[in-house]
Amino acid sequence: MVGLTTATAPVPVLRDPADIRRGRNIGIVYLILAAVVVFSFALGTEGNAVFRLGARPGEIDVTVPAAGLAWFTAALFAVLGVTHLVRAGLGRWTNIVLGTAMVLFAITFLGWAAAGNSFSLAGMLASTVAAATPIAFGGLSGVMCERVGVINIGIEGMLLTGAFMGAFVGSLAGPWMGVAAATLAGGLMALLLAVLAIRYRVDQIIAGVVINILALGLTSFLSSQLMVQDAARYNSPDILSRVPIPGLASIPVIGPILFNQNIFVYGLFVIVAVMTFALFKTRWGLRSRAVGEHPKAADTLGINVYRTRYRNVVTGGLIAGFGGAFFTLGTVGSFNENMTGGRGFIGLAAMIFGRWHPVGAFAAALVFGFADALQVRLAILNVNIASEFLAMIPYLVTIIVVAGLVGRSRPPAADGQPYIKE
Amino acid sequence: MTETPPTEAPPEETPPDLIPPEEETETATRPHGSLMERMAPANIDWRSVVLIPLLAVLLGLAIGALIILVTEGPGEIAPAYGALFSGSLGGIRSIADTLFSATPLILAGLSVALGFKAGLFNIGAEGQMVVGGTFAVLVGFTVTGLPAIIHLPLALIAGVIGGALWGAVPGYLRARTGAHEVITTIMLNFVAAQGLAYMLRQPWMLPEGRIDPISKPIEASARLPRILTWLPIENSGGIRLHLGFLIAIAAAFFLYWLLFKSTLGFEFRAVGSNPKAAAYAGMSVTGATVLSMAIAGGLAGLAGANETLGLLGSASNGFAAGLGFDAIAVALLGRSHPVGVVLAGLLFGGLRAGGRAMQVRSEVGIDLIVIIQALVIIFIAAPELVRSVFRVRGGRKTGQVTRGWSA
Repeated sequence: MVGLTTATAPVPVLRDPADIRRGRNIGIVYLILAAVVVFSFALGTEGNAVFRLGARPGEIDVTVPAAGLAWFTAALFAVLGVTHLVRAGLGRWTNIVLGTAMVLFAITFLGWAAAGNSFSLAGMLASTVAAATPIAFGGLSGVMCERVGVINIGIEGMLLTGAFMGAFVGSLAGPWMGVAAATLAGGLMALLLAVLAIRYRVDQIIAGVVINILALGLTSFLSSQLMVQDAARYNSPDILSRVPIPGLASIPVIGPILFNQNIFVYGLFVIVAVMTFALFKTRWGLRSRAVGEHPKAADTLGINVYRTRYRNVVTGGLIAGFGGAFFTLGTVGSFNENMTGGRGFIGLAAMIFGRWHPVGAFAAALVFGFADALQVRLAILNVNIASEFLAMIPYLVTIIVVAGLVGRSRPPAADGQPYIKE
Repeated sequence: MTETPPTEAPPEETPPDLIPPEEETETATRPHGSLMERMAPANIDWRSVVLIPLLAVLLGLAIGALIILVTEGPGEIAPAYGALFSGSLGGIRSIADTLFSATPLILAGLSVALGFKAGLFNIGAEGQMVVGGTFAVLVGFTVTGLPAIIHLPLALIAGVIGGALWGAVPGYLRARTGAHEVITTIMLNFVAAQGLAYMLRQPWMLPEGRIDPISKPIEASARLPRILTWLPIENSGGIRLHLGFLIAIAAAFFLYWLLFKSTLGFEFRAVGSNPKAAAYAGMSVTGATVLSMAIAGGLAGLAGANETLGLLGSASNGFAAGLGFDAIAVALLGRSHPVGVVLAGLLFGGLRAGGRAMQVRSEVGIDLIVIIQALVIIFIAAPELVRSVFRVRGGRKTGQVTRGWSA
C-alpha cells in the first residue's frame, strides 16, 4: 500500500479516498477519546491506584497516580489525533498504534476506577483469559471455515453442542471422553453445515442459522428429558482442573495468568500457533486460501475445491466442539440450557475484528474477554458505569469495523459463495 | 395445512417433464438468482410451493417421532403427538391458542420476508422486536388519561417507529458502506438486548420500590384487547387471543399490497433480484435498501409491541428471545410471500400451542418443537433432500439467498 507521506504534502497523491477518510476518522476518534479521558478520568480524580500484579496483596504492587496517568494519556491521544488528521493515518502503523492506544486507554480507565484503592490486575487478566477462551475458539472455528469460502454463522450452535456433549459424555465416561465426544459432536454439526452448504448449496447463512436452532433444540430437549430428571447421572462431570506447567508457571506476573490454566487454554495456544503456521507457511494453507479467494482458479490448478472445503469446515467444527467443552468441563461442571449465551456470535465478531487471521481472532477475543472481565470487576470496585454498555463493546466495535468507519476488515473474496464445478 | 396458498400467477401449465433443467440456465455467472427466484417466483411450480413445504413438515414430524422413540420409547409417541394435535386444533380454545401463538410469528415473519424480497437477510428481527416492544411500553405507561382508541394506536405506532429505526441502521450501513446486514443485524440484536437490560435497571422504568427487571405495567388503555371473551363457553375470559392477530392479518394484506401493487414494492423486488439492473433502470438502490429495512424493522417492531401490549403488559429481559430465528423459519417456509407467511406462521403457532399441551400432558418437552422447526428449515432450504426422500421430480437449484460478506 502507499504509505509515503511527507510533512510538506499532507495528502499523498496515490491514496484511496476511503483510506484517507478512515485515517481522518481515527484522528477524530483519538480526539474524542482525549476529551473523554480529560473530563471523565483526569479532572477531579485524586489518589493513587495500586495495581496488584502478584497473586497476593503486597507481592508485586505498582502504584500509579491516577490523575497524572490520565493527563499523560489525554496528551498523547491529542497528539495522535492531530497527527492522524494531518497525515490521514499512519499508513501500516495505524492499527498497531491504535491497538496500543486502546490498551493504554484501558489502563487509564482502570487507574481512574481504582483511584485511592488497590486492584488485582493479575486476577483481572486471569479472568480475561478465561472469558476469552470460548470466544477465541469460536473465532478460530470461523477463520477455518471462512478461509475456504464457507460462512459459518453456526459457531454458536457448535459451541453449545460441544458444551452439552462434554457434560453428558463427561458424566458417563469421564471428562477426557467428554472432551473427545464434544470435539466430535462439533465436527458432526460442521459436517451438516458442509453438506448443506457444499453438496446442497443451501444458502450458507441459512445453513448456519439452522445449525444454531437445531443445536439449541437438541441440547435443550435432551437436557430437559435426561439431565433434569437425573442430574447426578447425566450432568455432573468432573472438571478438568488447572495444570500448572512446571517452570513457566512460576514466572512472575504472566506465569500464573498464562501457564496455570486448564488444557483448553493450552489447547487454544497450540491451535493458534499451528493454524497460523499452517495457513500461511504450508502447501495446505496456500491451497485453502486459494479456494477461499478464487475457487475457480484453484480448481483449474488441480486443487479439489469440494474436498478442501469439507475438510476445513469439519476441522473448524472440531475446534468449536472442543472449545464448547470449556463451558462445562473447563469451568462450571454442569450443562444449562443455552449456556453459551451468544459467545459464538462474539466469536464471529472476533474473527471479523481479527481480520480472518488466527492471531487476530485470538487478540480480538482477548479484547472482548477483557471487556467481559471488566464488567465483573467494576461491579466489585463499585464504579458507576453500566455494565451493559461494556457488554455492548464487542458488538459495536464489530459494526464499526465492518462498516469500515475505523479500519477495514476484508473477508476472503469467495466467502459465502457456493462453488459449482463445470 | 392442506389448503393451497393462493398464488399470484396461475400454476405452471407446462407439463413438468418439459421444463428445461434449471442447471443449464443457472450457470456460475448468476450464482445468486435462484433461491431469490424461489422466494419471488415468476411462475409458480406447485411442487415447490405446496408439496415440498408439506412434505418437509411431515418429514420433520417423522424425525421428531424418531427422537421421542429414542429418548422416551415407542409408547410416548402417540400421547405426545396426540397432545400436540389436540392442543393446537382440538376445540375452539386450542385453535384460539394457535392463533394467539401465531401472531408474533406472522408479524416477525413478514419482516424477514420483506427483507428477502429486497435481497436482504434480516437476522435482526429479534432486536427490532425488542426496541419496538420497549418503545410501545414506554408510550404505554408514560402517557396517561387517553382513551384506548387513541392510546393503543399511539403505542402501536411507537412500536413500529422503534423497530423501523433499529432496522434502518443496518440498511443505511449496507447501502452506504457495504457492511453486510447479516453481521450488523446480529450485533444489533445484542446491543438492543443490553440496552433493554440497562433500561430495566433505571428507577424511572420500574414500578416504585421494585428492583426486579420488569418495567412498569402499561395503562389499561394501551393494552391490546382480547377478542374472544364474548364466546358463550366456560371461562371465555381466559382465552388469550387478542386484537394483535387481526393486526397481523392486516399487516399481511399491507405487505401484499406494498410488494405486488405499489411502485415502491416493485422497486424493492427489482433491487432484490438484481441491484445493478435496478440502478440502471434509474431506481435508487440506496433508498430502496434503507427503506425496505426500515419497513421490515417496523413490522418486527409491531411484533414486539404485540408481545408487550398484548401478552405481557410490560417489558422484561428476553421477551423476544428466539422469535427472530423462528421468524426466519416462517419466512422461508412461507416462501416470503405474505400469504405463505401467514400460513407458515399458523403452522408454527400451532406447533407452539400444541407443544405447550404436549409438555403438560406427556413426557415429551416443548423443545422438541424447536428441533422440528430446525428440520423443517433444512428441508425447505435443501429441497433436494425432500425430493430424494419422496422422489419428487424437479430441477436442481442452488439455494443462495444472500450475498457473501464481501459482495
